[in-house]
Amino acid sequence: MTPTSDQIRALFTAVAETVIAHADELTDLDQAIGDGDHGLNMKRGFEAVLAELDTIAAKPLNEALKAAGMQLVMKVGGASGPLYGTLFMAIGKQLPEGDISREQLSTAFAGAVDAVMARGKSQPGQKTMLDVLVPVRDALAKGEGDLAAVAREAAAATAPMQATRGRASFLGERSIGHVDPGARSSELIVRAVAEKVEGWS
Amino acid sequence: MSCVGIVIVSHSPDVARGTADMVRQMVGEEVPVAWCGGDPAGGLGSSVEVIMEAIDKAWSDMGVAILVDLGGAETNSEMAIEMLPPERAEKVVICNAPIVEGAVMAAAEASGGASLEEVRRTAEEYSPS
Repeated sequence: MTPTSDQIRALFTAVAETVIAHADELTDLDQAIGDGDHGLNMKRGFEAVLAELDTIAAKPLNEALKAAGMQLVMKVGGASGPLYGTLFMAIGKQLPEGDISREQLSTAFAGAVDAVMARGKSQPGQKTMLDVLVPVRDALAKGEGDLAAVAREAAAATAPMQATRGRASFLGERSIGHVDPGARSSELIVRAVAEKVEGWS
Repeated sequence: MSCVGIVIVSHSPDVARGTADMVRQMVGEEVPVAWCGGDPAGGLGSSVEVIMEAIDKAWSDMGVAILVDLGGAETNSEMAIEMLPPERAEKVVICNAPIVEGAVMAAAEASGGASLEEVRRTAEEYSPS
């Protein structure tokens, strides 16, 4: 598949609008077990992506991902900026320009998840965004269809976990019983992407 | 004599400014010191762009030692270093040390003309971990 400029525009619009629409919910989740800025930070980052949408959509997908990732790095203002920025930029760096196969997408995503692990010095099981990204990576590699469902279930599964990385880890056992805000934002992004990319051919 | 520069990165501009004040009291103006704190909208947080500016402000050919408070300040500082030109990036380190104590110790060491590695080691001797 070779996504058109309109498809790239629709993709980034959907992701940004989904995150922005859930900003209050992300903030509420982060107030429960973190410093309460996740929703606002992510909103600011994706508003910056929307502000640059004309430039981003004019690029091929790999370059568009790098440009959007750079906006997140520079504008979010929390650890999630470099983490999501790295995710987007690393996918962009590994995708070829032009025609993209599902296999290439899967390989690029897997490499980007490794980059996020390195950036966050984290592993799955620590109640972070990785607890959504890793199951999605595995489902993508196996060619399983419903990535949105995988992401949804994986985010919900962070609730009983105890955080051992990030601000929530300061709460120890009190972090148990809340969905991780980073896992939830990852779920939202994966669902928005999956919905759009399904329509590509 | 040239000295290693010190950059203080807190989530809070007040903490960063106050830490820089304590450093200045210790070493005066001989060590290049820059501080930053707060996210791009002025709330608590840290910003890659502003950290890069602070590194530039405290720049020394001897290198720059960064002191951070919590996770996001560290992650954003690591990102800022990676985005510098490679010849600069290799001369910037993040000290694994408490921000206030680490900054004062690092600056005191730097004021004697110590190398970047010596500055970092001195700051990290005060690390609880």
